[in-house]
Amino acid sequence: MSTEAFEPELMDYSRRQPRLPEPVIEGNDALDIPLDERMEMYRLQQELRQFEKRAYDLFMQNLVKGTSHLSLGMEAVATGFGRALRPDDYSFATYRGHAHTLARGAPMGPVMAELLGRSNGILGGKGGSMHLASVEHGMMGSYAIIGAHLCIANGAGWSAQLRGTEQVAVVFFGDGTTNIGAFHEALNFAKIWELPVVFVCENNLYMEYTPIDLVTAVEHPAADRATAYGLEPILVDGNDADAVYDVAQGVIETARRGEGPSLVEAVTYRHGGHSRADPGKYRPPGEVEAWLDRDPIITYHQRLLRLGVPEGDLTRIAQDVARRVDEATEFAKAGPVPDEGDLMTDMWADGGSAWRN
Amino acid sequence: MAELSYRDAVAYGIAQEMRRDPNLVMLGEDIAAAGGVFKTTVGLLDEFGPRRIRDTPISEQAILGAAMGAAMTGIPVIAEIMFSDFLAVCFDIVANEMAKSRYMTGGQMTVPVVVRTANGGGSRFGAQHSQSVENWCMMIPGLKVVAPSNSRDVVGLMAASIRDPDPVVFFEHKSLLATKGEVPEGEIVDELGKATVVREGTDCTIVALALMVPRALAAAERLAGEGISAEVIDLRTLVPLDTQTVLASVAKTNRLYTVEENPRLCGWGAEVASIVGDEAFWDLDGPLVRITTPHIPLPAAEALEDMAIPSVDRIHETITKTLD
Repeated sequence: MSTEAFEPELMDYSRRQPRLPEPVIEGNDALDIPLDERMEMYRLQQELRQFEKRAYDLFMQNLVKGTSHLSLGMEAVATGFGRALRPDDYSFATYRGHAHTLARGAPMGPVMAELLGRSNGILGGKGGSMHLASVEHGMMGSYAIIGAHLCIANGAGWSAQLRGTEQVAVVFFGDGTTNIGAFHEALNFAKIWELPVVFVCENNLYMEYTPIDLVTAVEHPAADRATAYGLEPILVDGNDADAVYDVAQGVIETARRGEGPSLVEAVTYRHGGHSRADPGKYRPPGEVEAWLDRDPIITYHQRLLRLGVPEGDLTRIAQDVARRVDEATEFAKAGPVPDEGDLMTDMWADGGSAWRN
Repeated sequence: MAELSYRDAVAYGIAQEMRRDPNLVMLGEDIAAAGGVFKTTVGLLDEFGPRRIRDTPISEQAILGAAMGAAMTGIPVIAEIMFSDFLAVCFDIVANEMAKSRYMTGGQMTVPVVVRTANGGGSRFGAQHSQSVENWCMMIPGLKVVAPSNSRDVVGLMAASIRDPDPVVFFEHKSLLATKGEVPEGEIVDELGKATVVREGTDCTIVALALMVPRALAAAERLAGEGISAEVIDLRTLVPLDTQTVLASVAKTNRLYTVEENPRLCGWGAEVASIVGDEAFWDLDGPLVRITTPHIPLPAAEALEDMAIPSVDRIHETITKTLD
């Protein structure tokens, strides 16, 4: 970084040049993806979008406490990978994990109830927004301190390799994670052991409140590091579910065949701030608007219309999802608050938490 | 069986469990071909092969992450962190991940990992390769903490740790590696959370761990020559903590001494003393006394290190001065 960056006016990131999205690639209409699958991906993106919007509304109503990190605007990544995975594959996410949890099939009601801290939450209220998991769906957890979970995903891949199950572990992380040591340890380790792990960087251009390019030695925080670990640099439009799905199928198959790990950088954008507390004012004028025009769901909707899907079919999907999100909300609100009997359980595998006799 | 060194007991104990469970694997730096920098894993590569005994890069986070991820997906793992001081470079995974994942997920995850690590002073390695850090792990909810003092217990507690479905940090004391002890024939499996009364006595209770156990025993022997009958307890595991054995002993002797290699603040003895103060106050005839390493980084020079870590002389002198 040049010393100019320390000039006070340049430290106001909202005065930088906006980073604008690439245009939609209409050619991706021709990707070899069956229409049925595309309809499922449309439905899933609607679920993720409407769930996150509802989560935001419930925050505003003070029904969700603590913090929350929404994936609004980033749904295509979770969708493309989620749909490409086998049911017994493993997913690992960061604190921004609602979408990745739902994308594996975890039911919306218990996930919503977890955000509300209810005992019918998917973790009984003990994990909350930043620690969502659903082992039965292969969603092996949301890890709220970035980095470690790349190493842990390696372990799931190693286990699959040892058991000979051809399962694959996919681990999602943000652009900020590429600057922590565990990222580098994990990639090197995965490569030398040829582990069936797919590392997916969701590059939304900001590490929390700071533009990623100001704190990273290379332009593409993940892809430009790939060759250092013997991997191919893979960049994908993270706002196009078809493009993501296409890349995901390839790298997941590579891992499943025993040909080792991959590192994918999906370029996307979060519509909101880093977390509930962040209005995102560090973003230059015009930038958010330009990315809203590249909204993955709007553009996917347009693609499906181009492919001949009647508008009414898409409307029905959106309405059906809205009804299910309402049901999930009611399920969550109706859930009891955890009681004292829940506090001391499940620290140990015996179900308890005794540390002395 | 003939006597086995503490060092050889480590590999012996691991081999016992690897023969029992064909899924059990181990990873760490220099553990396979080199047999470990402390030679505690010699022979395991030959018997169990490179698929189950694997060398890793110097990547402690990658090592423990791989251990945790494999464990939570059905493969029990032993991971070696060469020196316990190095737990600091991967403590996120120890303290924030493997310790908490079960509770945070409402019981969805099980993490059967044993983190083996060489702990403790006496090797003149200086402040970054000599620490006793069992208290770092003791204070984290969700970790079990084991620190054997002799060859037999290495085998029995290794088996118990490996068979335990929760994450266990297993501290092997560097200054005990060359010591020898009887290891009975046949399978040995202990229970975590059981202290041992290693010497009976009536005048005071000395609670010790790992290297401090033989020192406490030597001090007790010297005290016996002076007419003082000291009972010595080897705690063996810090979590679970066998408070009943300690409380029963204090009820008999009415005095408690802890001998701790960790630096003073928040050492395990503080918890033991607190419990005895709370629950056995009326059994006590005098103050609770903690004998610890002072609250300093460990020095390298032989003379200084020997001054820092509780010695037989210091244990003996402290007890003779304070026991009425």
